[in-house]
Amino acid sequence: MQYSLGPILYFWPKNQVEEFYQQAMQSSADVIYLGETVCSKRRELKTKDWVALARELAGKGKQVVLSTMALLEAPSEVKTLKTYCDNGDILIEANDVGAIQLLSEQGKPFVAGPAINCYSQHSLHRLLKLGMQRWVMPVELSRDWLQNILSGCDELGIRNQFEVEVFGYGYLPLAYSARCFTARSENRPKDQCELCCINYPNGRLTRSQEGQELFVLNGIQTQSGQCYNLINDLAGMHNLVDVVRLSPLSADTLDWLEKFRANKNGQCPQTVERDCNGYWHSIAGMNLATP
Amino acid sequence: MELLCPAGSMPALKKAVTEGADAVYIGLKDDTNARHFAGLNFTGDKLSKAADYLHQHGKKLHIAINTFAHPDGWRRWQYAVDSAVDNGADTLILADLAVLEYACDTYPQLDLHLSVQASATNTVAINFYQQQFNVSRVVLPRVLSIHQVKQLARQTTVELEVFAYGSLCIMAEGRCYLSSYMTGESPNTAGACSPASFVRWQETEQGLESRLNDVLIDRYKKHENAGYPTLCKGRFEVEGNVYHALEEPTSLNTLDLLPELMQCGISAVKIEGRQRSPAYVEQVTRIWRQAIDACARDSGNFNPQPAWNQGLQAVSEGSQTSLGAYHRKWQ
Repeated sequence: MQYSLGPILYFWPKNQVEEFYQQAMQSSADVIYLGETVCSKRRELKTKDWVALARELAGKGKQVVLSTMALLEAPSEVKTLKTYCDNGDILIEANDVGAIQLLSEQGKPFVAGPAINCYSQHSLHRLLKLGMQRWVMPVELSRDWLQNILSGCDELGIRNQFEVEVFGYGYLPLAYSARCFTARSENRPKDQCELCCINYPNGRLTRSQEGQELFVLNGIQTQSGQCYNLINDLAGMHNLVDVVRLSPLSADTLDWLEKFRANKNGQCPQTVERDCNGYWHSIAGMNLATP
Repeated sequence: MELLCPAGSMPALKKAVTEGADAVYIGLKDDTNARHFAGLNFTGDKLSKAADYLHQHGKKLHIAINTFAHPDGWRRWQYAVDSAVDNGADTLILADLAVLEYACDTYPQLDLHLSVQASATNTVAINFYQQQFNVSRVVLPRVLSIHQVKQLARQTTVELEVFAYGSLCIMAEGRCYLSSYMTGESPNTAGACSPASFVRWQETEQGLESRLNDVLIDRYKKHENAGYPTLCKGRFEVEGNVYHALEEPTSLNTLDLLPELMQCGISAVKIEGRQRSPAYVEQVTRIWRQAIDACARDSGNFNPQPAWNQGLQAVSEGSQTSLGAYHRKWQ
């Protein structure tokens, strides 16, 4: 089992990003995803900074992947996407089919990110023909669904042609909108957001009127209100999952990485009462199934 | 410009035709359709009757097969495509890569439209679907500003269709898991957002409460219009403030934008609401027919009549309408 660090989903100051990756470099992460995937106004690091950081990490022996934006609307955003795709040799995680279009035109391989709608072995087959190397399952899918897809891939004879990655830790990206909900929470329109996301390094928690934690507002992205945590489900992933993704919340995520490694076969289970894992168990995502 | 209207039943379909729809879109009675609600949609005999009725009246039938195929249910999506074609569909509205591939390979002459559920919001994504599956039209998600819609219209040769009126989906369609997070049932795979079986209404001392799988979505005071408990339209608390954190119960209404949409070459305007009543379809189709005809006659002097807006407001969620993301200020 390999472990990856997903792209930072929040808007952190440049020095915090750099500090995080200095630590990540020393960590046991096998794969590191980098880049801004949520909002094109978040430019503490420019495209060239991300590419330079990617090269530095690759030089330290990490497998590095540049992740692209999930919701691309403006021509300027497509232009940035092109710059990413034209970077040369760094692998790209496509989070929109627009990225798949650009990469497949160039005959370049790609990772199909969690925001790509792929729900069956037949769609996977198509993505493989286009150059997919690794598939990050949509976060709402379960272990059973994955098992079904992989059986289907066996029948199609494509089971061994790609890797499977699962979002295993962090707040789940649940939706993308044109509207910036963080700006709205401060009574600002998106065009005058003043980059206020930078004040919420792990987003803004949203509760029901009864105090139940429901969502986290992260700019145009809406995340789960509970942290998704599959640490106690790792033993059931063997022969299904190649890479488990941890979505960075802070440097603490690197401690979780070690806890995940230690619990590979279920020998070091963790208390996760406040977290959720429902999706993996084919129930409502917000729920927590205990063994 | 085509006026494309919804129908969840034969009576709704007939109303759409009577009131001047150019084409009607429907879904099959199963989870291949993103409006999979009990008592709605078409199957077998009714499907071919719907096609016959539309063709007799010189109108077109679009069939939406716009959820994503299950790994062990592939035959159901294949059958949906075959059945739609056999029963006389003029156009299929598809989202799934594999379903698109199957339809494109099996019926090369068939007219394919890219469903809004596929979430194509930019030129390169549109190019992808045009090149891979020869789609003739792309339905744009409700997350683009009018400026962005115009930019796309300039940059692509594929036909564009936009949502004109109806429920306001504020998330990029096909990429919203809020409902499955709360209920376990996904719009992408099961075909319904906030499925009715999870919805509960309760009168309490604090007002009328709407719940989804026991999660409190909103509480309404006596004078307030209650919206359907979709997660994006509830009132929630962010650091002490209770408000519509994502969006208010409101419907999309783009009558004001009609001249601009026509001018930039939008091929079709779509009315949302396959889950709505025949009376809704009748009212909305009638108004939009009048508006399109008036705008086509003289777009320079087009002004939505107050009666049109009033008529639309009467069937809107929360009795209010919005330009949604088309208008930058909303964003």
